[in-house]
Amino acid sequence: MSRLSDRLSSGQFVVTAEIAPPKGIGVEEIFDTVSRMEGITAINVTDNQGANMRMSPVAMAALLVREGYEPVLQITCRDRNRMALQSELLGAAQFGIENLLLLSGDHPCFGDHPETRPVFDLDSIHLLQVVAKLTEGHDMAGKPLSGEPPRFFPGAAAVPEADPFELMFQKYQKKVSSGTRFFQTQAVFNLKKLENFMTAARPLGVPVIAGVLLLKSAGMCHFLNRNIPGVTVPEHLIERLEKASRPREEGVAIARETVNAIRGLCSGVHLMTLGQEKRIPDILENNHIEW
Amino acid sequence: MIISKQKPREELFEQLDGVNSLFLIGCSACATECKSGGEEEVFEMEEWLTSLGKAVTGSIVIDSPCNINRTARDLRSQRQQVEEADAIMVLACGAGVHSVAIKSNKRVIGALDSLFLGNTRRIGKFEEKCSLCGTCILNETGGICPATLCPKGLLNGPCGGMEEGKCETDRDLDCAWHLIYEALKQQGRKNVFTRIVPPKDWRKKKHPDSLDTD
Ligand code: SF4
Ligand code: SF4
Repeated sequence: MSRLSDRLSSGQFVVTAEIAPPKGIGVEEIFDTVSRMEGITAINVTDNQGANMRMSPVAMAALLVREGYEPVLQITCRDRNRMALQSELLGAAQFGIENLLLLSGDHPCFGDHPETRPVFDLDSIHLLQVVAKLTEGHDMAGKPLSGEPPRFFPGAAAVPEADPFELMFQKYQKKVSSGTRFFQTQAVFNLKKLENFMTAARPLGVPVIAGVLLLKSAGMCHFLNRNIPGVTVPEHLIERLEKASRPREEGVAIARETVNAIRGLCSGVHLMTLGQEKRIPDILENNHIEW
Repeated sequence: MIISKQKPREELFEQLDGVNSLFLIGCSACATECKSGGEEEVFEMEEWLTSLGKAVTGSIVIDSPCNINRTARDLRSQRQQVEEADAIMVLACGAGVHSVAIKSNKRVIGALDSLFLGNTRRIGKFEEKCSLCGTCILNETGGICPATLCPKGLLNGPCGGMEEGKCETDRDLDCAWHLIYEALKQQGRKNVFTRIVPPKDWRKKKHPDSLDTD
């Protein structure tokens, strides 16, 4: 059983973070980053994120396992057909990778190979069902797998701030009925919306790990709003960063406040620190005001 | 209708190396509607080729060159002009080019790029609404096709990139699933949406496909 699944099932608040495999084969820098991540339950390994080609996330996650870290392997449907997805998953299991985050994937038009043929043979719902089948010892075609079936702890993505809510939530329910064991969300900035979302999601009983993105400047917010699908930084936060004398510190403060609000709502946080991993302890610090 | 557009002239120019005379074929159906291979476009092509010093031995606009036998018959009716040409230039979709290629032993130059099966919004404006996947799911999606209108062809609801009902790939484009949701809501059939649509069977979209209604 993965540590992530253990902690979630015992109701402990979890913290996940994320890294991207290198654009190349050198991983020293990544291990340097990972070694600075304190208090983290598991580390997501992104899969050609933003449709930018990088080293295989299975290879990167396997290296993490070898070094004693626990990965959450992200797998998208964008670059692999149903056969490639299944063989990749079996390979991952062989390396001791259990936690999965199963995604449709960003469209190639966002990335560095816009001429590629997008695959999308399956969608994230189908992929969840495939994982369930593999863990029961069968492939998608119903053919038996040899030996021990793989062990997985499958997760899926959620977008609490999506509009229209009902439409997004129908998909959320499909993911639940397709066997997801946890959710990680897109970056959350609107706590009111997160609260409403959790009111609807909680009765379904699947733990939700809410995404928190460390903001650095007002400029970064504008960039995110323009370029990152599903991310909206609200005006009042942009203003706070604009007015702050030290925007980076303000960003850490915003992240800390968000984490603290999430503690009361969700099962954990997923930190997106984008190169500022050494600030993780500051973000996680309990924000009791000291007099 | 099959939507097509003319290849850029530079690309066609590269095909003309060593070709001194051509016979032109247009299409009176789809390519006429798309203004890519009707009477007018065949005439313009002839003028362009002549301006390059090429001889045009003749031209014909066939009623649907995708009809193999009709194309063969029309080619026979122009046998002499076809024989005189070094190559046949076809201003029709790929299906039309194929008919000519198998019914003549001349070199064939396709002048168009075939794009999609299109709905007509208004004259000259076409939109893709069905991509001929072979296993239609429109009965479960309010008559709106996610396999085509969603750039990822997602079958079970919107991706995380949808914002205010718009598509992540283009904020001017409606998310296919938002359109489906609105349609089903209006039809009072929202519960249809909760069914999980299985992956597509791509054997139904095999290439080359064929159908015999006999
Ligand atoms: S599901 Fe879409 S692409 Fe397939 S046949 Fe129906 S309308 Fe066409
Ligand atoms: S936003 Fe909607 S239409 Fe666009 S890729 Fe996502 S699901 Fe498909």
